[in-house]
This record gives sequence, C-alpha cells and structure tokens, in this order.
Amino acid sequence: MVTLTVARLVSGRVSVGRVGAVVGRNVGALRSGASYWLVLVSGFFEPLLYLLSIGVGVGALVGRIPVGDGRVVSYAVFVAPAMLAVSAMNGALSETTFNFFFKMRYAKTFEAILATPVRPIEIALGELSWAMVRSSVYTALFLVVMVVLRLADPVWALAAFPATMLVGLSFGALGMAVSTLLRGWQDFDLMTAAQFSLFLFSGTFSPVADYPGVLAVVVRVTPLYHSVELVRGLASGVPQWGLLGHAGYLVVMAVAGLWFAARRIERVLCA
Amino acid sequence: MSDVQPLVHARGLVKRFGDFVAVDGIDIDVAPGEAFGFLGPNGAGKSSTMRMISCVSMPSAGELRIFGMDPVREGPRIRGRLGVCPQLDNLDPDLTVRENLTTYARYFGLSRAQARARAEELLEFAQLRDRASSRVEPLSGGMKRRLTIARAMVNEPDLVLLDEPTTGLDPQARHLLWERLFRLKQQGVTLVLTTHYMDEAEQLCDRLVVMDGGRIVAEGSPRSLIESYSSPEVVELRFGGQELAGFVAPLDGVGDRVDVLPDRILLYAKDGDAAVSEVHRRELVPSSVLVRRSSLEDVFLHLTGRTLVE
Repeated sequence: MVTLTVARLVSGRVSVGRVGAVVGRNVGALRSGASYWLVLVSGFFEPLLYLLSIGVGVGALVGRIPVGDGRVVSYAVFVAPAMLAVSAMNGALSETTFNFFFKMRYAKTFEAILATPVRPIEIALGELSWAMVRSSVYTALFLVVMVVLRLADPVWALAAFPATMLVGLSFGALGMAVSTLLRGWQDFDLMTAAQFSLFLFSGTFSPVADYPGVLAVVVRVTPLYHSVELVRGLASGVPQWGLLGHAGYLVVMAVAGLWFAARRIERVLCA
Repeated sequence: MSDVQPLVHARGLVKRFGDFVAVDGIDIDVAPGEAFGFLGPNGAGKSSTMRMISCVSMPSAGELRIFGMDPVREGPRIRGRLGVCPQLDNLDPDLTVRENLTTYARYFGLSRAQARARAEELLEFAQLRDRASSRVEPLSGGMKRRLTIARAMVNEPDLVLLDEPTTGLDPQARHLLWERLFRLKQQGVTLVLTTHYMDEAEQLCDRLVVMDGGRIVAEGSPRSLIESYSSPEVVELRFGGQELAGFVAPLDGVGDRVDVLPDRILLYAKDGDAAVSEVHRRELVPSSVLVRRSSLEDVFLHLTGRTLVE
C-alpha cells in the first residue's frame, strides 16, 4: 500500500499548467480580497520594525561586530541581513501555514481541486510557488530599504536576493509539511512559539559563536541559522565556500518538505 | 448495453478503512446517457463508492474501470472527463461566483478566454448571472448547490457524479435543481447520483441500485423495483396510541404482507380499497387510513427492514 502511494505520487509528469492554475487561484483570491492585502502588508513591516528598533536603535548602544574576514561592521549592518532572512521566512510561512491549513482543513479548497486532474504534488508545488512569490516581494522591498539606509551595497544586495528566494522556498516547504500535521488552530500557538524562538536565537541579534556551547550546537541544526548565515554572507559582501553548505541544507529542507506535504495531502484527502 | 463500453465498470469493488468495510464487493455498469442512482441510508457505502468512481479514493480490492481506464494509473486523465458535485459544497470562499467557475476551469487546462466564456454559459445555466460578482458566502443553499453543479460542468464532462445533490434544500430549490439535472440528462450527459430520497430517485434515475451495509441488495428501474419488491398499493393504518404489534394477527391475510412501523402499520395489497373494506369487516377501527401507490420507500423497507427516514 505504501509503495503504491509513493508510486502514485511520483508517477506521471507534473503539469506546469496545473501548477500554474493552483497559483492562479491564489492570485484570484488576492485580487478579490481586501483583507488579504492587510495581512500581506503587516507581514512585511514586522521585520522592518525590528531592524529599526533593535538594529538601528539598540545598535547605537552596541559596539561593532566581527563578520569573518577580520572585518567589523556596525550592529545595524549585522542585524539587517538577519531581518532580511526573517522576512523571507515570515512571508513563506504565513502563506503555507495559516492559509494552507485553512484551505486544506476548513474551506475544503484542496478537496475541490483534487476532483480535477490536478494531483497532490501539483497542489503542493503551486502553493509553494505562491509562497515564494510572497516571500520574494517582501525580501525585494526589504533589500531596497537596506540599500536606501546604506546597510547593504547595491551589488551585494542583488546577490543576496536569490538566496532569500531559497530561504522562502525551504521555509515554505517546511511550513506546508508542518501544516499537514496540525490538528487544529490550537496547534498554531506551538508553531508561533517555535517560529519566535528561531527568530531570537538564530544568530539574528548576536553571533552564534558567542552562544553557550549546547545552545550553539542546537542552533546550528535549525533552519533559520543557515538562512541567516547564507543571506548575511552575501548581503555583507563576504562570500565564502561555507555558504554552499548552508544553501545545501536549505535545498534538502525544501525537497523533503515538498515531498512530505504532497504525501500527506494524498493520505489525508484521498483516503 | 453489452455492445457499448460502460462508462463505469466495477466488479467485486471493495473499500476498507482499517477494519471497517465501507463497500463490500459491488458490481456496477453504467451505460452512456444513463441516469444511474445509488439509493440507501447514510453509511450504506454510497459516498465511498462515489469517491472511488471520482478517482480520488483508491479501491481496496476488486476491479474498477472508468471510461475503460484504470483509476490508479490514469487518475488525471479520467478526472479530466468527470464532473463532480460533492455532498457538501466546497466552493472557494476567497473567490467570487464567477471566479469560482473560471478558476476551476483552469484546473482542467482551459485557457483564460475559454474559462471566461464557459463561466458565462454556466452562470446562465445556474441562474446566477446577477450574483456573478458576489462572494459565495452570502448565497442561499440552493444557489450554492447550483453553483457547485455548474462548476462540475465546467469541463463539459462525459460523466457527472452527484453525491446527494438536493440534501438540505427546501422544496422549491430541490425542484429547480431537478429541472436543471433533467436538462443535463436530455443533453445526453450521463449522471450517477446518490440519494436517500425516494422521490428524487424516481424523478431522475433510469436505473438504480439499493445499497445497504456496503452491499447492493437490489437493482433495476424504479418501476421494476416497485413491481418486484412491493405490491401495487399500500394501506397505511394508524391506531392512535395503541400497541401496534397486537394488530398483526387480526390483519393476517388482508394484504400480501404486513409491516409494523413505530407509528403505523403498512398493508401491501393489489387493491388498497378492497383491503380497507376487509379491515372494517374484521371490526378493526383504525384512527386513520391512507391508501397510496407503492413507492421506493416500500421497496427499501422490504429489502432492509428499516425505513429510510433519518
């Protein structure tokens, strides 16, 4: 039975048109819903406010921070790429958690879609693509702000942009996978707590090297740490080969999350 | 029927959920142009069968072919030719009435222009043109149902599956819906529907199967089922608040058969009026008497020993 399920999941070609139709549904929802815009805008401002209050505000009280290569930067320059990675995470997660869960469990949107030729993997790909679009809009705007505030060089900002897309992709996939396991709205409190812990302790506000031993190890396993390191390395113009390792981690997370989510959609809705 | 390939072909079809057997080895053939019904109470296995036919849920055992194709291997191709109207409306609450149609059309691979044109036709069909820009939520139950059926027609399906299409609707909305479904049938669309309403089965179905406990217990046209499993007329007798079981012996031989329900006694007879005269001759005094034609309800009662009212 399990092998049959796996065979169905990967068998047959993924249709770009059908994935596009799933994305198109979300574009339609955006067009005809004022409330959606509000959620969209508020999601962007959160990391920006942290950047201004902590990065620039608290940063005035903090000394300069070393960023490898023996270079030191102002605290705001240190925090800004982390907030950029956070905005990529938030953008992707808000789409693939709340919205995804609602469509899967409450509105029966996916159930309706599965009665058409669209397959579970195509729903997952469509939802993930849309989450990436949202996340990329956030990070593109955030990068503009960083350049305007002279927290990043324009060329390196451009280099960091694809990295933020990868962050959005991997967190979007992780969010979908987790959403398929949630039992109800009460579980969102757990998820929000986990997300906030990542936000605080992923080398976002202080270098992970300064963390106490065990915490440093734990942090190095979690995804936002790798995102922050990757984005910071590019945005602050200090690329190293080590960045490929961080990117590899995110690619694996994206593929695993996507596969798991598609499988769960099938298990739950095609019983 | 033997020379035409059936649109739905099932042999020994089984659906299990863990230890629970929802569908327990059924055989079905649905011919093109036919209106085929599954009649049965909740839990009879109708919806599980429909989900297998709609290629969403996979059979646990047995053979199933839709348009001659295997649902396990060719799900997307089969679903591309199906129209599915589920038991509970799952319209998209984030979209307008029109967008519900155009968006759905895109899942079937229609171009934007085709989707728009098709949506306009279907808005007309569902009589929802003046609500086209409204969200779905404020629509009445009947309107939502019509939109769900219109949505199922978006790909011009060869086979339309309707799971309890009129459950929960008021009589007016039901009749309007029946009229729309009848129109589809006249256009040559093959319909497969489930229902626990006798009148619906009689109105819409050319042929039906009665399901109970995951099995098919009878099959035929509504008329032939009534002829084989019931008598032409039925007399309903009520005796105020009296214990009804005590009337079985005194009524023996009045009709072909006697059924005792919680609130009334049913007498099956060829001639209802003659049976009533016989009841009076035996000096039984019912508080009310009703002579009516036999219906599918009686067939169901006879086959399963239960009424369908839930």
